[in-house]
Parts: sequence; structure tokens; C-alpha cells
Amino acid sequence: MSNEWPLWEVFIRGQHGLNHRHVGSLHAPDAELAMRHARDVYTRRNEGVSIWVVPSSEITASAPSDKGPLFEPSNAKVYRHPTFYDIPDEVGHM
Amino acid sequence: MAPAMSDIMTPDAAELAKDAPGEGRAPLAEGTAEHDLFIGLARLGDNTLILGHRVSEWCGHSPVLEEDIALANMALDLIGQTQLWLGLAGEVEGAGRDADALAFRRDAWDFRNILLVERPNGDFGQTLMRQFLFDAWHAPMLTALEGSSDDRIADIARKAGKEVAYHIERSADLVIRLGDGTEESRARMQTALDTLWPYVGEMFIGDVTDARLASAGIMPAPESLRSAWDASVDQVLAEATLTRPESTFAHKGGRQGRHTEHMGHLLAPMQWLQRAYPGARW
Repeated sequence: MSNEWPLWEVFIRGQHGLNHRHVGSLHAPDAELAMRHARDVYTRRNEGVSIWVVPSSEITASAPSDKGPLFEPSNAKVYRHPTFYDIPDEVGHM
Repeated sequence: MAPAMSDIMTPDAAELAKDAPGEGRAPLAEGTAEHDLFIGLARLGDNTLILGHRVSEWCGHSPVLEEDIALANMALDLIGQTQLWLGLAGEVEGAGRDADALAFRRDAWDFRNILLVERPNGDFGQTLMRQFLFDAWHAPMLTALEGSSDDRIADIARKAGKEVAYHIERSADLVIRLGDGTEESRARMQTALDTLWPYVGEMFIGDVTDARLASAGIMPAPESLRSAWDASVDQVLAEATLTRPESTFAHKGGRQGRHTEHMGHLLAPMQWLQRAYPGARW
């Protein structure tokens, strides 16, 4: 429908989370209202301390049909996981 | 034929009060400090209760999902504030009535809300305009109440103030967007303003109870909030390209318990369950 408000993607950083995480989408006529709607729709249960809204049209997504060429090659490359050597305890949390 | 209000209200509150533990004790004597405080708190709590109920009537009916949730959030904020105000009112009264008893087992003439908040929702523009006209009063009222000589009141005002700061930001913004919007939205907002205008004056008309509460430093005199209200309303209406009506006529009586015909129709669906099954819990 042409008279529907544009779609926005909503990202929220939780109380203790380090990164903003995608939580969903909503419709809004502009960024200011998208922010307000995001607050009303996605932080009702005290979920967040920071909100990002991005026009969905600004997101470039990988095509589902490209799944094979894009992701399958890394399937068989277990050596890319850093699990073949021991990390000394003194290093601590990485 | 639809039943008359008197049928719906039977068995009446006095009969029910006999069954409920602690209720039905002698009412506070008029003119006492406790009675003044009870009335002052009922005026605050009834405003938020009735407006909260009105706004909740939009649940599932708003033009878009995002607004539906936003309105429901606001209705819940207002009902939450009601619990605090009426809870304290019940404590002050000392007759064993809690917030629920006051909300669900009083009759229309015992409610002390202004007539503005019992106005039917009308269209979305009318609902938003009513909200804005109320918020523009509510916000400075709560700011003043934060300085109340009664700490319990100041505490509630501080908590509610944060919620209401968001309410007015939102309602003012939407009034501006719709007023300064399309020809259709502008016409609807102006009609909403003209229709509701005769109900704004009541917010600023004090009576002897208000005067005593004000001189005790418990609540601000209603008249004292007018200039803050005028300032924010004038600014928003100007941005919204809406014309402030010139009339100063004010319908009044709600704060003294004299309500419009809409009140009974609002209370019937709100109260029927507790009337039919007193004390029912879930």
C-alpha cells in the first residue's frame, strides 16, 4: 500500500548488553516518530537503555539464493576456529 | 429496552459496603483536614482513572498498531498513577477502602474528576487533543505537587512526573503534526479543539477545599497553574497552525461530583464486574 508509513528496523541495547541487537521492525512516517514508536512498542518491559532506528530501505541484505556460494564454503574449514591450541590461564578472559 | 442506570446500580453501594470488611464506617466530616485531603487525592486519582479508562477504550481500535500500543501504554501509566492516588486517598479516609474499592464501588456523584476527561473519545484527533489539553495541565500540576508539604504526595508526583513528561511530549508532537498536516487532519484538530474548549476552564477553578489545601502547602491552587498551561498550549497551537477559541465559558461541576451523562455510561462497563461479583479476584 502506497499510503502506508515506511518500515524501520529497531535495534536496542539491553540493560547489560554491550551491543545493540535487532529486535524487530515498525512503521513510522519519520525518524523521530520511529524512535518514539520503538520506545512504545519495544521497551515496555524495561528492555533497553539505548535505541537505534534505521530505515529498512537503507539496509542491504544478502540474497537467500546466494546462501550456497556465500556461506557453504566456510562449513568445512574447521581450522578457522581457534580451537586447536591451548590458551594459557594467565591470559584470562578473551 | 436498555436498563436504566438505577437498575444497573442495584444492589447499591451501601448494601455492598456492609458485606465488605472494614467498609461502611462513618465518613470523614466535611471541612476537616482529612476530608480535604481525601477530596484532593480523589480529584487527582479520578482524573487519571477516568482518562486512563477512556484511553484504554482505544485498545485494538487505533488507526495503526504502533499508536494502539502507545495509547495502551499511556492508559496503563494513568491507571498506575490512579492506584497510587486512590490508594493514598483510601489510607487517609481510614474506612478500609482501598484503590479498587474507590474505583469500582463508588457511584458517579462520588467521583471528583474534571468533565474534560469523561468526554467520549470521538475521533482520533479528539482523543489526542483531549490528551494534550490534559497533559498541559497535568505536567505543571505534578511539578507543583513535587513540592507538597505532604511527603507521600511529593513521592507520587515525582514518579508520575516522569511518565507525564513523556505523555506531553508525545501528545504535543501529534497535535502539531496533525494540526499542521493535511487539510483533513487540520480541520479535525480544529473541530476537536473547539469542541473540547468549554471543558478546559474547570481545571483552573478552585473551591474552598482547594483553598485550604493550597494554604496548607499540600496542593497548588488550581488558578496558579493557568499561566503555565496557557504558555504551553499557545505555543503548541501556534506551531500546529490551530486557532485558540476566544470563549472563556467553562462547564464545571465534575470536581464537586456533578457529572455529564457520559459518566454513567463510562462507569457501567468499567464497574460491572465488581458490582456483580463484589471482591472478585483473579
